[in-house]
Formats: sequence, C-alpha cells, structure tokens
Amino acid sequence: MTAPASLLAPRPGTRARHARNRIATLSIWVALILVVVPLVAVIGAVIVKGASSISGSFLTQDINKITNGQKLAAAFAKVAGKQSTQDGIKPAIIGTLLITGLATLLAVPLGVLGGVYLNEYGGRSRFARLLRFLTEVMTGVPSIVMGLFVFSIVVVKTGFSLGWNVSGLAGSLALACLMLPVVIRATEEMLKLVPQELREASYALGARKSKTIVSVVLPAAAGGIVSGALLAVARASGETAPLVFVIGITRTTNTNLFSGGNVALSTEIFRNALSYGSYATARNRAWGEALVLIVIALSFTLLARLVTALFVRRRAA
Amino acid sequence: MQPTASQTDIVESVSIDTPSGVENGIHLEVGNPEIFQRDDAARELVFDIEKLKILYSGVVAVADVDLDIAAREVTAFIGPSGCGKTTVLRSLNRMHDTTPGAVVHGKILYHGEDLYGSRIDAAEVRRRIGMVFQKPNPFPKSIFDNVAYGPKINGKKRKDLDDLVEHALTRAALWDEVKDKLKRSALALSGGQQQRLCIARAIAVEPDVILMDEPCSALDPIATARIEDLMAELKREFTIVIVTHNMQQASRVADRTAFFTAELNDAGKRQGILVEYDSTNKIFTQPSDPRTEGYITGRFG
Repeated sequence: MTAPASLLAPRPGTRARHARNRIATLSIWVALILVVVPLVAVIGAVIVKGASSISGSFLTQDINKITNGQKLAAAFAKVAGKQSTQDGIKPAIIGTLLITGLATLLAVPLGVLGGVYLNEYGGRSRFARLLRFLTEVMTGVPSIVMGLFVFSIVVVKTGFSLGWNVSGLAGSLALACLMLPVVIRATEEMLKLVPQELREASYALGARKSKTIVSVVLPAAAGGIVSGALLAVARASGETAPLVFVIGITRTTNTNLFSGGNVALSTEIFRNALSYGSYATARNRAWGEALVLIVIALSFTLLARLVTALFVRRRAA
Repeated sequence: MQPTASQTDIVESVSIDTPSGVENGIHLEVGNPEIFQRDDAARELVFDIEKLKILYSGVVAVADVDLDIAAREVTAFIGPSGCGKTTVLRSLNRMHDTTPGAVVHGKILYHGEDLYGSRIDAAEVRRRIGMVFQKPNPFPKSIFDNVAYGPKINGKKRKDLDDLVEHALTRAALWDEVKDKLKRSALALSGGQQQRLCIARAIAVEPDVILMDEPCSALDPIATARIEDLMAELKREFTIVIVTHNMQQASRVADRTAFFTAELNDAGKRQGILVEYDSTNKIFTQPSDPRTEGYITGRFG
C-alpha cells in the first residue's frame, strides 16, 4: 500500500501540453489579426480618403458634366490651391435608394412566399426539391451574369426581348433576381426553426393551414425573416456589376424608375474610378461616394439588427 | 423564514395527495361511484370507435381498437411506451391529417357521425375536439392573445374577447395569477402556468371534448395536482380523454381506463393493441386480463 501521489505532482506530458496550448493561442491571435487588419484598413481608407469629399453640396448637387475645359480649369484651380466644388452625387444617392427599394419590393414578398411554399407546402415533394435546387443554383450565379440576363431580355431590342431600353427598373429587376434566392433560403431556414408543436396547437383550435401560417408560423419567424431580407438588401445596395449596363446614366436626379437612364452610387464609383488617370478630382469623388455607400449599407445592417432584437425582446418579455 | 412559509402555503392551498399506491381507497373513489350505478345504456356516447387501425408509412402502429367514450367522463389511456395510446388519441381529432404518412383505418363515430367521412371538415372537428399537448406549447404571443386566438379565428367579435379570455382563464384556474399581466409574453410563465394557459386556450373555443396527451409529464407534483383538480372540475362541462404514463394519475382522475400494450404481430413487428377497457376501479382492482394485472402491479412496463 503506497499513498497516492499528490494532486500537485505533475502528470506526464504536462510540459508538451502547455507548449501546444501556447502555440494554439498564438495562432488564433495571428488569425484574428489577419482578419481584422484588412477590415479596418478598408473602412479606414474609405473614411480617411472619402471624408474630405463629403460636404453639403456634395450630397445635394447634381452630377456635373465635366468638359475638357473644366478639367483644365480644375487642374489650374488645384495648382492655385483652390478646390473646385459645384459637383454633387445627389442623383446617385436617390438612384441607389430607389433602385434598391423597388428591388426589395419585388424580391422580398416573392421570396417570403417562395420560402413558405418550400417549407410549409412543398416539403420533400419532387417539385419542391427541384425548386430548392434551382434556388441554390441561382444563389451561385455571378451578379454580372444577372446583369447580362436582364440586359438581354429587358433592355436591348433583339429576338424575344422586351426592348425597354435602360432604366432604373431594369436595375431593380437585376437586383431582385440576386436577392430572391437569398430571401427564399432565409425564409425557409427560419420557418424550419418554428417548432411543429406551435402549428399543432393552432390546428387543435380549429385553425386552417393558411390561417396557422399567417397568424402563428410567420410571426414566430418574423425576426429572422426580416433580418435575412434586410441583409440581402444591404448586399444588393452595393452591387455594381448588374447595374452598369442596364441603368444607363443621368446627371440629374431621375425619380422615374420606369423611363430614362438612372445612376447609382456603385456605378458612379465605377465610372469615377476608371477616369481618374487624368483627373484627380474624380478619384476623390469615388472615395466620397464609397463612404456614402458604406454608410447606407451599414444603416440597413443596423436596421436588421434592431428589428431582430425587437422581435426577440418582445418574445422573451 | 419567508420562503419556507410561502412554500407551505402553496402546498396547503392545492391540497396535494400523497401518491401512496392504488390500495389507498381515496384514489379509487375519486370520480367513480356513480359509474357503477349508471346503466351502460344510459351513457351518452361521444366516441364510438370500431376496428381502429393506424399506420405510419405503411407500418402498423396500433390495431384492433374498439372502445366507446362517454360524455362528461374522464377516460384514461394507459400503457407502456410505444403501445399506441397517443396515436389513438390523435386520431380522435384528426391530428394525423397533418402528419405525412399517417393513415387511419376503421371507424370513429363522433355523436353518431363518421369523423373521417368525406364531407367532414377537419378544422371544424378540431374546433369541437380540442387538444392539450405533452409539452406546454403556448404561442410566442401575449397571454391574452394566446387565449383570444381560438375565439378570434372562429369568428368571435373583438368586443367579446375580453370577457371570453377572462372566463377561460378563470375556468383554467389561472386568472388570479395572470390578470395583471395579460399583455406579457406567455413564454415568461412557469411550466405549470403555461400548461394551464394551454388548457384555457383550448376551452376558450367552447369545445365538446378535450384530449390531453400526457399533460403533466413535464410538470412538478404541485403543478400536476393543480391540473388534476382542474380536470375534476372541467369534466362537468367537457368530455376528457387523457393519455398518461402515470397509473396513480389515471386512478385519481379517470372514470374509465383503457389499457394498451405493444405485442409482436403476425409479421413479427411490434404493434399496439387495446388489452382491456373498463371502469377505472375494475381495471385497478380486478383486471380480467393478466397483462393488465402485470402492468398495474408493476411486474411489467
């Protein structure tokens, strides 16, 4: 009979375990920094370079048509140490909000209905599985392909296309096509989380299926669906590729989405960033527009968080 | 000192019985006496079940069930897990309609009408035959909205809802506890309160029958005692069918008891069968089938 070893005695392999622990901790910190640095750098660069462009007139003026003479004048002004202003992005801000807004109106109701069908009615039927597969494929379609799709069937006048010419509506259609599968998936996933017991409780009171879905299932999943939809909106508001060749261009605010060219912040950034070689002001404009766009996207995201939190609190209270 | 005192109050106020076994005469007398005098022909039948057989995706879950359930009685289904008692209960308000793969054969007459007849509206069936589930399942809505939901979908006017809700909560013995927080979420209530809320929600639509699927299995003994008291109260107006694992509970609350068990069928699969159905007193004191006796004396199941 020997007394058991003290609890304080080192167990075999303790040193190696401590070493592994330190290495693991270190690699996690390195990974964290690798992720955070680019994120902070992007936001920081946009703020630093974009903030100087932001002014009252920048946000409220129309976009100036820049002639070569004005470019020259601007270059002289810069040499003389003066900033040429009189050049805003109001049409792009309005355009982004309107085009994204219409896209939301098109995609969210359809997407929610699609998600309801898949989870509540389709289930594991062959048709529902096909739809689910197509939705997944649609999620993977590159955004520029969506732009091309809308361009070829809505904008240009060839074959079976509608030939409506460029407009904000065409941009909204392209964005809606991008958002639709995201909203469908988010809705289906959220509805899956609603416990079957709640549906049965409603049926047991004499409620029909449609009534149960509208009054019990959708409200129970509303927080998740709204935040999923708003994240899709935030994502779409920054899309450039599907817009560049379907919305055309305008220099003055065009609130009519159904006719005439339009302009969005993302396409303005694209245009200005391309033309910066000879004209430094354009580069500054692009940074300023980028900052405004980030703020808009961020406010959608914050709104999504707020809505989710409100629903969660109301349920827990 | 404070907590001890208040705990004693609670126990006294619900007058909990000590579950000391079936020999205890108190339990056997609850609800039973008049059943013996009552002529079988005088019982008003609510359900008449003949040759009921229920399959899930082609597999027989329970078969050969013949029983009748009388009005304003508590009928208990007891038996081991997997004997099909919940399956039979759910067939009584066509809850299986919502389960993919479930098929119901045989005949269930409800007040003489075929419950599964082609012209019967399942939603109306469930309006008249309410259900309380094993796990309390209040909607993630306010206490008021939970109770008002049923009357609202069944066309009650908005101005009548206040009275209806108060009445239902009072009958479910919950009003005094929640009358000051009707706008609060139902999910903030305790498990026992949630289950009584579910009972209030069920009786708010003025059903004829209330089906209860192990309503106390998720509750502590005090909450269980309150719900059992409530059942004794509710059976004056409603017909109650309860599934329970707890034999003492069946002996305390039920007028008649059906004992189910699971046995291998000809195909070698386990399948539920109804072994014996009689007055609760008979089942617990002089069961005619040895399998019933084995189960209630604890030798099996």
